[in-house]
Amino acid sequence: MIQLRQLCRDFLVGDQTVHALDHLDLSIDKGEYLSVMGPSGSGKSTLLNMLGLLDKPSAGEYLLNGTATSGLKEEQRASLRGGHIGFVFQSYHLIPRLNARENIELPLVLAGIAPKLRQPRVAELLARLDLIDRAEHIPNQLSGGQRQRVAIGRAIVMEPDLLLADEPTGNLDSKSGLEVITLLEELNAGGITLLVVTHDENVGARARRRLHMIDGAISRDWQTDSAESKSILTAKPLTGKPLTQKTDGKTPGAF
Amino acid sequence: MRFGDLLAFNFKAIRRQRARSIMLLIAIAIGVLAINLLTGIGEGGKQFVLGEFDILGKNVLIMVPGKKETTGGIPPLTGETTRDLSLQDAEAILRLPDVSAVAPLIPGKIEISHGSLSREAFTIGTNRAFFPMRKLELAQGSILPEVPMDQAVSVCVIGSKLRRELFGSRPALGQWLRAGDSRFRVIGILKDRGQGMSLDMNDAIMIPVASAQSLFNTEGLFRIFIELRGLQELDKSRLRITDLLKNRHDGEEDVTIITQDSLLSAFANILDTMTLTVAGIAAISMLVAGILIMNVSLIAVSQRTSEIGLLKALGLPARTVRLIFLTEAMMMAAGGAVVGLIISQVLLFMARQTYPSVPFTTPSWAMLGSITVAMFTALIFSAIPARRAANMVPVDALLDKTAG
Ligand SMILES: Nc1ncnc2c1ncn2[C@@H]1O[C@H](COP(=O)(O)OP(=O)(O)OP(=O)(O)O)[C@@H](O)[C@H]1O
Ligand SMILES: [Mg+2]
Repeated sequence: MIQLRQLCRDFLVGDQTVHALDHLDLSIDKGEYLSVMGPSGSGKSTLLNMLGLLDKPSAGEYLLNGTATSGLKEEQRASLRGGHIGFVFQSYHLIPRLNARENIELPLVLAGIAPKLRQPRVAELLARLDLIDRAEHIPNQLSGGQRQRVAIGRAIVMEPDLLLADEPTGNLDSKSGLEVITLLEELNAGGITLLVVTHDENVGARARRRLHMIDGAISRDWQTDSAESKSILTAKPLTGKPLTQKTDGKTPGAF
Repeated sequence: MRFGDLLAFNFKAIRRQRARSIMLLIAIAIGVLAINLLTGIGEGGKQFVLGEFDILGKNVLIMVPGKKETTGGIPPLTGETTRDLSLQDAEAILRLPDVSAVAPLIPGKIEISHGSLSREAFTIGTNRAFFPMRKLELAQGSILPEVPMDQAVSVCVIGSKLRRELFGSRPALGQWLRAGDSRFRVIGILKDRGQGMSLDMNDAIMIPVASAQSLFNTEGLFRIFIELRGLQELDKSRLRITDLLKNRHDGEEDVTIITQDSLLSAFANILDTMTLTVAGIAAISMLVAGILIMNVSLIAVSQRTSEIGLLKALGLPARTVRLIFLTEAMMMAAGGAVVGLIISQVLLFMARQTYPSVPFTTPSWAMLGSITVAMFTALIFSAIPARRAANMVPVDALLDKTAG
């Protein structure tokens, strides 16, 4: 699904060049669950922004579903982001004047989907995220865990193939952090490709595939014991069906 | 993004930034208010003057004693007299072949009484020709009799309001009125014409000009209305009348002849000045509003940097980001325009209540124009901020730490 070839991202700070990503090679298959760890400044966020088409490489190539993204116009990149990629940020990035329901609904609104089609989808997500009581609350009136659940709702409302989470538990206590992580894992179980950047060893260890970064390069890339991952997954079952089901092969965002 | 969703999204943002929205609204409202109010006043004045002349007709000249330059400003309607205009002058003018009628005028105010009722009334010494010239119609009786101008006859025609006040419901025709030392028999009553223009004929009494001369103890005429047979030779006729008066007044050109055109062109000057003022005020207030819009929008764009980053991360293309900021400015401008429009119309309505005879109304071109100008101002001055928002690199915008 994703292939990075000799990917570089340089920043010019003063008259010094920082190699945030340094000739990085990586390939990710559909449905994988990866965690990315590493010291601060090692390029984790830069990598995630690159995968999310928020940033452009200085050199190298990024192939998404076989297409070279370097040839894409900004408009096409925007539409790929909207339809295929979901983001979850450490600081939530909710729009403060919109309530929980409206924040979740936002991608559907921006995509120009009719209100009639939006309503059931948002209602379903609110129920699924256990936010029905909080639907009319603005972010200020929500706890960190609730905010992050709203952000996750917004990230998956367009049914993306790829979910990118940059320290999603970074601002949360361990209990709501675990809730958020299990929610993400459940989405992954439903078929979505999940990549989580984290500083938390416990969070990182849950992923089936783990990346460790140092100085803009991947220093370690290993699969954890699948039995262990499975046991974690089944240890905390969540009610209901998986959120993301793409068995009918329809393109996301085209509903 | 659907249009309705766009409006709703913007509306929430506008409501959130109340202070800046109100500031913008006021700036736009002032501009729109100025345009609508001033054009409304100008148009009202113009219609008023045109209405006045509609009654007289284009082929009527007004002669006033005294000479003034007619090129600058309004002609001397009040007239400082150097040499009197006499009844003989009026008769001489009437003998000219291109003149069809002449109506002399001596106005005054005098106490009119009937029985125990009395009232100060506007008194006009004139002749028979005055009635058709001013399009005065009778409700009862007849107009002043056909007599030589210098012959005093003790008859009068009165306005409908004066009749009501002096006679109530009793018949007035044939009754005698006392005016100063003289007595006049009522031979005609004017139709009620509603609020008149400059002279309220409902409240007036008309007597033969020679009677007015003795009543007010004056020889000179205040004005002479001259009706020409046709319009084609207006300038020639005007010269001929001037020459005639010059001959009669020992070669001195001491009268002024006013035509509808000369009065209108004098008024057009005033209107032009007014239009320039309107344009100036509009331009300045719109410029101020525009600069406000630009600054305030630039601030908003930088305040909302992380929101813009998010919108882009959620897949919103640059052109839609630009559209959001453009329509937001235009929505505020539209709000301001509506407020300005409403205030101007309320003020003009109040002006019409105070001066019922002047039709103060904003012409529709000014209404449409002011709204268009307001919207264009918003569009033009929000273009730069909107482009700045649209061109933001998503990752940089998201990383902006000023907002969460
Ligand atoms: N916009 C930028 N301008 C200049 N330098 C940048 C920029 N973004 C990132 N960098 C640099 O690139 C390097 C990698 O940054 P990145 O944010 O990817 O690190 P990280 O691994 O996410 O760190 P952390 O764990 O603290 O979030 C750092 O040295 C950082 O200073
Ligand atoms: Mg980071």
